Amino acid sequence: MKIAVARRALVGLLALTLTGPALAATQLTGAGATFPYPFFSKAFYEYSQTHKDVTVNYQSIGSGGGIQQFTQKTVDFGASDVPMNVDELKTATAAGGPVLQFPDTLGGEAIAYNIPGIKTGMKLTRQIVADIYLGNIKTWNDPAIAKINPDLKLPATPIVAVNRSDGSGTTYIFTDFLSNVSTQWKAKVGAGKSVEWPAPSSVGGKGNEGVAGVVRQTPGAIGYLELAYVLENAIPYAQLQNKAGKYLLPTTESIRAAAASKPNCTPTNFSIVDTSAPDAYPIVGYSWMMVFQKPADKARAKMVRDVLTWLVTQGQPIAASVKYVPLPDIMQKQAISTLQKMDV
Amino acid sequence: MSVEVQTGAQPLDASPSGRVIVDRALVARLKLSDVSFRIALTVAPLIYVALIVALFLMLAKGSSEAFAKFGLSFTWNSVWNPVTGQFGGLPFIYGTIVSSFLALLLAAPVGIYAAAYLAEFAPPLLSKTLGFMIELLAAVPSVVYGLWGLFVLAPIIRNYFGPAVQSVLGFLPIFQGPIYGIGMLTAAIILSIMILPTVTAISRDLIQAVPAAQREGSLALGATRWETVQNVLLPYVKTGIFGALVLALGRALGETIAATMVIGNRPHISASLFAPGYTLASVIANEFTEATSSIYTSALIELGFLLFIVSLIVNGVARLMLWTIMRQR
Repeated sequence: MKIAVARRALVGLLALTLTGPALAATQLTGAGATFPYPFFSKAFYEYSQTHKDVTVNYQSIGSGGGIQQFTQKTVDFGASDVPMNVDELKTATAAGGPVLQFPDTLGGEAIAYNIPGIKTGMKLTRQIVADIYLGNIKTWNDPAIAKINPDLKLPATPIVAVNRSDGSGTTYIFTDFLSNVSTQWKAKVGAGKSVEWPAPSSVGGKGNEGVAGVVRQTPGAIGYLELAYVLENAIPYAQLQNKAGKYLLPTTESIRAAAASKPNCTPTNFSIVDTSAPDAYPIVGYSWMMVFQKPADKARAKMVRDVLTWLVTQGQPIAASVKYVPLPDIMQKQAISTLQKMDV
Repeated sequence: MSVEVQTGAQPLDASPSGRVIVDRALVARLKLSDVSFRIALTVAPLIYVALIVALFLMLAKGSSEAFAKFGLSFTWNSVWNPVTGQFGGLPFIYGTIVSSFLALLLAAPVGIYAAAYLAEFAPPLLSKTLGFMIELLAAVPSVVYGLWGLFVLAPIIRNYFGPAVQSVLGFLPIFQGPIYGIGMLTAAIILSIMILPTVTAISRDLIQAVPAAQREGSLALGATRWETVQNVLLPYVKTGIFGALVLALGRALGETIAATMVIGNRPHISASLFAPGYTLASVIANEFTEATSSIYTSALIELGFLLFIVSLIVNGVARLMLWTIMRQR
């Protein structure tokens, strides 16, 4: 009797496991940058709440890994802090046909510091930031800094210039900004996800948390951090003078203003740092996504297109809720029309 | 449900003719177990050899592009510039070796004397408790050591230890320059704490295993307990302790995350121990995820290859030294 019951239960269980996958949601996978991960994880979770047939598994393994996985077609979409370059596109096109790239969210970087007694809002010019990271300005009471901050009592503390030790899009955007504002930086260092830091006092921290850790622990330190990270952790940060001469804190408005001022942004001309718009904060960048234009599995591709279209439209308020900046309307339209090109 | 166990063996006296008969099934089974034992003994070590060879081949293959471009100069070039694609490994080799040997220098005396205390002097209850705590220390994940180093040790070094040392020994180049808190010395201290359990636990077991006659003989000759430890017990186990130190050094050389968090990650060779440095394992962990160009990836794999070579050389030299010690006996 008991055996019979057990056997029936077993058969039932077996049937369940066999039919299970057919009933369960399709799992789409993406891989890439760590920068948009908090946004993606929240957005994809919310999407699966309203679309029971789809779940999205995003692996934040870094842009390099994301591009590699995407090229090898082991994921449905890739994400990167910087769009794929000509060589990478060539390899990917050879593997899976034409590639579509579009922005998915936007972020700004704050210049954080640790100077005893000085709170958020110290003024810095673009040239001062470049000179600090070049090692030309060595102490906080340097005349250049004192001149624009007459109300602050600046100590003679030596400056420790903190950078990201891990390769990151955050570093790319920051060094791209420095290359734009300083010819010396452009000639000596250049822009990249990892660069050779010239200041003799430079120290590297791993990740946002590493840079924030060193800045907080070291009096005299300065570092660049994603805005969300600075806001969450209450670290003092600077008002930065933009190209038009205005001092601005990084905020949703000043970051969006920077993006909106450059509507003709494309995967090959993607830099939006140091724009000349009067209300634009200068250290800003997009996060990018890529899909293949002609995927083999049409049904799956349609799901990918739907979820990503949702991400760049209805998903954008979620970006704001986790301290990212929603795409400006013009870039949103560009993302939608790019996704429409997908052959499904 | 009952299971009936069947045995192939028959009692010898069960033979109806009275002659001893050979149970062929039993012999076959013994032979089979003999053979399978032999296979296991041959295959298990071969897997080791295969793993080392596979690792070597993969690292060589992965780094071939960087090797073709930079050649042997990669090992003594100290420029690391991903933007221009210029790569050299010297600052990382330097940082790895200096931080690890400094860590060993700090951990060895503490570990060995703590082991002598635990094995010879401590009351059994205390010895057991301390032994348990040491094993616990070995089980702490390295990221925890890294966080502790960044948030607790670094400020102590910057505010108290560093300035104090500098005021007394500041004339030495190794203690000059600005003190950031994070740097080579902080990394070495963290690494030394991480390898301390290895040194202590193995040394304690070794000292405990010294035959009682050695101890009794020494004491009978009028030596104090201290003299017994110093002149009889430690010399008796020195080859074993040497082995423990090599094992500990291996861990320090390959330690990644804790070192990354406190060493300052600056590919620069500086005489000062307060200055930031960089290790081979750290730079790989830091830059591998975002290394998109093939020459960049290849250069990072070549650093992995160098780490492999450095470990190989350190182990080789240790073997040689061990062999010399053994021959002196």
